[in-house]
Amino acid sequence: MSNITSQSLSEILESIKSKQISSLELTQAYIKNIENAKKLNSFVTTTFDQALENAKKFDNKTNNEQLLSGIPLAVKDLFCTENVKTTAGSNILNNFIPSYESTVTKNLWNNGAFLLGKLNCDEFAMGSSNETSFFGNVINPVGDHLVPGGSSGGSSSALAADLTPATIGTDTGGSIRQPASFTGTVGLKPTYGLCSRWGIVAFASSLDQAGPMTKTVNDCSIMLEAMSGFDEKDSTSINKKKETYSKNLNDNIKGLKIGIPKEYRVDNMPKEIDDLWEKGKKILKDLGAHLIDISLPHTKYALPTYYIVAPAEASSNLARYDGVRYGYRSQKGKDLIEMYENTRSEGFGDEVKRRILIGTYVLSSGYYDAYYLKAQKVRQLIKKDFDDSFMKVDAILTPSTPNSAFKIGEKTNDPVSMYLNDIFTVPVNLAGLPALSLPAGLDKKGLPLGLQLIGKALDEQKILNIGYAFEKNCGYKNKIKKWWS
Amino acid sequence: MSLDKEKIKHVAKLARISVDEAKVDSLTKDLNSIFKFIEQLNELNTDKVEPLTSILNQSLRSRKDEISDGKIREKILKNSPKKNDEFFVVPKVVE
Repeated sequence: MSNITSQSLSEILESIKSKQISSLELTQAYIKNIENAKKLNSFVTTTFDQALENAKKFDNKTNNEQLLSGIPLAVKDLFCTENVKTTAGSNILNNFIPSYESTVTKNLWNNGAFLLGKLNCDEFAMGSSNETSFFGNVINPVGDHLVPGGSSGGSSSALAADLTPATIGTDTGGSIRQPASFTGTVGLKPTYGLCSRWGIVAFASSLDQAGPMTKTVNDCSIMLEAMSGFDEKDSTSINKKKETYSKNLNDNIKGLKIGIPKEYRVDNMPKEIDDLWEKGKKILKDLGAHLIDISLPHTKYALPTYYIVAPAEASSNLARYDGVRYGYRSQKGKDLIEMYENTRSEGFGDEVKRRILIGTYVLSSGYYDAYYLKAQKVRQLIKKDFDDSFMKVDAILTPSTPNSAFKIGEKTNDPVSMYLNDIFTVPVNLAGLPALSLPAGLDKKGLPLGLQLIGKALDEQKILNIGYAFEKNCGYKNKIKKWWS
Repeated sequence: MSLDKEKIKHVAKLARISVDEAKVDSLTKDLNSIFKFIEQLNELNTDKVEPLTSILNQSLRSRKDEISDGKIREKILKNSPKKNDEFFVVPKVVE
């Protein structure tokens, strides 16, 4: 089977189960693709030898009844992997080899998958274009010179280019959904607390969530099922019964109420985004869903709130990088304090330093009430907007991003214009809700655009169902040509 | 409010990040544009709003205070940029 790697995860799983292909052949096919796709720069580390060993081991045993039996997977380099370098896209962790495995990756391996490599990302997941990575820009397979989105840009690029059958990312303000939208793939940010944060390099702990990035909604439900679950080691992990999302996937959405928030429009938003939204509404309506106009009045304050809360938490989380226990240490400095200052100055990139400074400032004596406390209050209002709306609707439909993939370098000189990319994704993180980005169409340049479905807390099944029905009726086709190999 | 260079140097000191003198100007410009954006929040009256401190409808769990692992000194020291057999090594702190 020459084109096995262009298939969806669920199709590949069928081929493995029916022994049409061995795990070893599958793994070799992905390795070949990865070696031919160096131009995309989506991998920081590859673990081919280990993957081939694991594939052989799988082929020699009879049990293939697990969710991800025999599947090689590359994951974002923000997940700690035992004995495999984990960089978070940063120079300061360039030599870090964890002695433990993150809970979500361990869950994937316990379900029969194994590691293929570690994927590039924005430094400490701070970015919307993968341009802040110490390991360089990642290229979007939909077109040369285009960013793949961020911060899970290596993940979206590798997935869209058939370098991994599915992957996982993390989403603090849109870092799964925006890159999924930019590459024509499916990305889900789960409810805060559904997937364990243990062993994930921390950015903003009250916002960070890991989630799947896949080619189809069915694949997304399989991956979510495999990676989620209660974990004692994460104090904010939700203790609830494990769900079987893929088995319960159902495309009957008749009678569901879909909220359309009037605030999800921005100045100068291309008409194409509005048209896409209209198309999405029509598809859901034709399937028997009811569209209901709703208002989320504090939407415009979500980004300013995020740019207080996230940097504040980051400045605290990133205080651990001091050059003493792990990571990079500067050789310059005459005493301990200077060693710290030089280590952090040389080890962190500009965007990370900028956010640490913002965070340190908003938490500093005399400014805490004006910024951090204020942001916590506005966060309450944003959450209340959603709570009120979900009294009336089952899910909310919005565009995923205000534009398609932009050119490398286009927004690097203006941090605020870069931040505005996350305007439709950030409110969901502040409210801790699940949201699914679905490929929905192409703009006039032929670039993918996504729509977002927001659900109630822990209502992943419902947005997956709506997404499943949408996908069947949308007719989206990826038009990626393998120009890079 | 606007941030001047001196304030930024002070915050950098608090964050233990040395700032390259040549980069202070562009950093000042960037941070001021970000704070101008952030300060949109001042339009909102939040006097009667409770701050949101946890997004979960559950309080943090507590667990028994007991040892669940240990004897992993080698693993802990493994990634240290400078160490001896038992300790992390840092520049001299006490004369």
